[in-house]
Amino acid sequence: MKKIISLSIFAALSSVIYFSCNKEVHGRTDNLPALNPASQDLNAGSWKTVLLASPDAIAVAAPPATNTPAYIGDLNEIKGYQENLSDDAINNIRYWGAGGVLRWNEIIREMVAKHNLPPYQNEDGTYPAPNSVNPFNYPQFPFSNPPFAARAFAYISAAQYDALVACWYYKKLYNQPAPYTVDASVNAMNGKNDLPSYPSEAAVLAGVTSEITKLMFPTEVANIQQKVEDEELAAIQSGTATRTDINAGEALGRQIAALFTARAKTDHAGTAGGNPDIWSAFVTNTTARGETPWFSLETPKRPPMLPLYGNVLPFLFDSITVTKIRPGYPYSTKSGEFEEQNKAAYVQIKNPTREQERIVQFWADGAGTYTPTGHWNAIAAEDFIKQDYSEVLWARNMALLNMGQMDAAIVCWNTKYFYFNPRPTQMMPEIKTLTGIPNFPSYISGHSTFSEAASTILDHIIPANAAKYEALSAEAAKSRFIAGIHTQMDCDSGMVAGKRVGNYAVLRAEHDGAE
Amino acid sequence: MQPIIKRNVFTLLVLVLFQLAAHAQTDIDAIMMGQHNLCVGPMYSHSSWKNYWEGTLKRNNQNLGTVSTNMYSIMGVYGITDRLNFLFGAPYISTKASAGTLHNSRGIQDLSLWLKWMPLEKKLGKNSVFSIYGLAGYSAPLTNYQADYLPLTLGLHSRNLSGRLMLDYQHRGFFVTASGTYQYRSNIKIDRTSYYTTEMHITNKVDMPDMAEFNARTGFRSFRWITEVFFEQNRTLGGFDIRRNDMPFPSNRMNASIGGVHIKYVPKKLPALSLEAGGSYVLKGRNVGQATEYNASVFYIFPLSHKKITTPHTCKLCRL
Repeated sequence: MKKIISLSIFAALSSVIYFSCNKEVHGRTDNLPALNPASQDLNAGSWKTVLLASPDAIAVAAPPATNTPAYIGDLNEIKGYQENLSDDAINNIRYWGAGGVLRWNEIIREMVAKHNLPPYQNEDGTYPAPNSVNPFNYPQFPFSNPPFAARAFAYISAAQYDALVACWYYKKLYNQPAPYTVDASVNAMNGKNDLPSYPSEAAVLAGVTSEITKLMFPTEVANIQQKVEDEELAAIQSGTATRTDINAGEALGRQIAALFTARAKTDHAGTAGGNPDIWSAFVTNTTARGETPWFSLETPKRPPMLPLYGNVLPFLFDSITVTKIRPGYPYSTKSGEFEEQNKAAYVQIKNPTREQERIVQFWADGAGTYTPTGHWNAIAAEDFIKQDYSEVLWARNMALLNMGQMDAAIVCWNTKYFYFNPRPTQMMPEIKTLTGIPNFPSYISGHSTFSEAASTILDHIIPANAAKYEALSAEAAKSRFIAGIHTQMDCDSGMVAGKRVGNYAVLRAEHDGAE
Repeated sequence: MQPIIKRNVFTLLVLVLFQLAAHAQTDIDAIMMGQHNLCVGPMYSHSSWKNYWEGTLKRNNQNLGTVSTNMYSIMGVYGITDRLNFLFGAPYISTKASAGTLHNSRGIQDLSLWLKWMPLEKKLGKNSVFSIYGLAGYSAPLTNYQADYLPLTLGLHSRNLSGRLMLDYQHRGFFVTASGTYQYRSNIKIDRTSYYTTEMHITNKVDMPDMAEFNARTGFRSFRWITEVFFEQNRTLGGFDIRRNDMPFPSNRMNASIGGVHIKYVPKKLPALSLEAGGSYVLKGRNVGQATEYNASVFYIFPLSHKKITTPHTCKLCRL
């Protein structure tokens, strides 16, 4: 008996040790191969930009010839690094080698999740608002809720796209070969290709992204600057770019960012939070129409999330179009049909199955996450990885997705506050939800609008995946109904609105010169 | 003699707050079940909290109100030999919040299995006895409940391996028991494809930090009674703090210092029966609720061989 016991204790200890050694969790994109585009899209300098008037609107001086002392000095810097690369340096080269647009997209998703926390209430039951003038004070600026996040993704993606179009224009114009092409003793750590290296696309991305994050995520400036340096060092150490390529690229990126930050300061997002008079006017106006107005289901009652976000300037169409594509009136809150909609939500949440819980949690994208838009960025990015896009095509596709996401947010918020419709739980308090209820009116569903807009755009970008995107979009919409957060009417109308927005992005895609 | 099989059910159940593994009992008493006897019975436990620690900041939450957990469990101990026992338990749990809109949860949680071994039991003079115990435990979810629904989840859904060393000293009726436990926890999978802790994780897998527990208990063992008080420290060896006004997450650093009492009674006329009751309170914690818990249980001994029921004598000295 004693032997058996000793043996079983030994076995238990061994398994503990075995399992302990195997606990490390790897991310799905931790160990990607270097980006190896099927085509470098060398004509992308002629693609249609978003804000940049023309690809050469910002001047970039010619690079030094490859036989000049300046260039040879740059080569010696690369060679010096490559003589003695640490493991950290090699990991950094591999990390950024997977693609700058991808990595920055992941970094932005991380920042959104980090800052997506609703402020805690004041002693008197009111709520403090984040203030971009004092971003480090609690609550820190921003509270990157779904509309804020959609806008941040859009500005960053659109600016990256314009910056890379200009970058490609100059690459073709100056046709500077990569360091590893000029000098065979330079090691091409991330593989070789025929893309001209001046100005550096990595530095363009670093420059443009860091400038916009100063506005969107001001508490992250130091953190982002570190990423800028990491990306640029990776480009030099990998033999892809010279210091001169980097400096020209970063300057170009930062200048193009200025066009976008100027637009962001005047796009009406800054006043989207409203004020107590505006909040109460929604209630008064809705009551005057004979309808039951929305109220916050939080304790203490929280002011509605960004009620004037529906007035923000869209990217893909004008503000008049927002009101034109806004879905029509929902069932009256006093009608039998509305009651039926809410009763159906109640029936739905009584006995949720595990599969329904899975769907709800998969799509919850609530506080502390990268929001529905971040989720669709993750879906898109993981599919784009398999498509072997050039950096400029990556940026173009992300810009289409995210301009569509921001415009979907604008149309959705415009609709929500135009009708100011109550949540199912407001009408029937016995409706308990499988995830938290967002703090804004019910009609139309944000998830449905975001998701159908995203799937419409992605269908166009990767037609082979269309069935998958449509299924995902339908599941995202359904998740909000089975969670008890929305009525079926909210989800259906959200999908209609999302489709309309998505089609504008497709229209742009068909005419931007990339297809 | 009957073990107090339920004890650790409750401390670990207390942690069902922001749920430290609500596994069924890890036995933490210094009493063994006699050979070929099976002791089984139902247990009920209720725990609730209104305040919790968000990191180290104590707060309440008007959108949760009071979070309460009811646990109904079947537990048992079988005496393989007088010195080697096998323990098992499986709870049904229901959770709810008194305020806010979050849906309640209910279902069967984890199966817990323990082997409890007493390699040494030595009489020291006429009035004292000293004993050493080694325990090895395993627990695993019996159902596919969602772990990522704190604070209303049924449990954390990891598979756990535990090793415990326990020392007991009894002098006349007075006793002191101390134990230390290391618990290895497997990684879990959640329904989301990414999550933020102190950084972004682009995966649905969550690294669950291991746990350590220290437990000290003291009181009196007499012919048919045990009355004791205990203090317990639970420490998560890693993990992260809940951020200001964020939701809790399975791999949070959940720590708790818990005090409690426990009573066991064996009726004279029905010595195969035992009645137990207890309560506990979280004195200090981190990323857990300040739970108050009470419990009650009934156990009955069935002899599974021709041997008679071993006397349900809870005093180690009298038996030796």
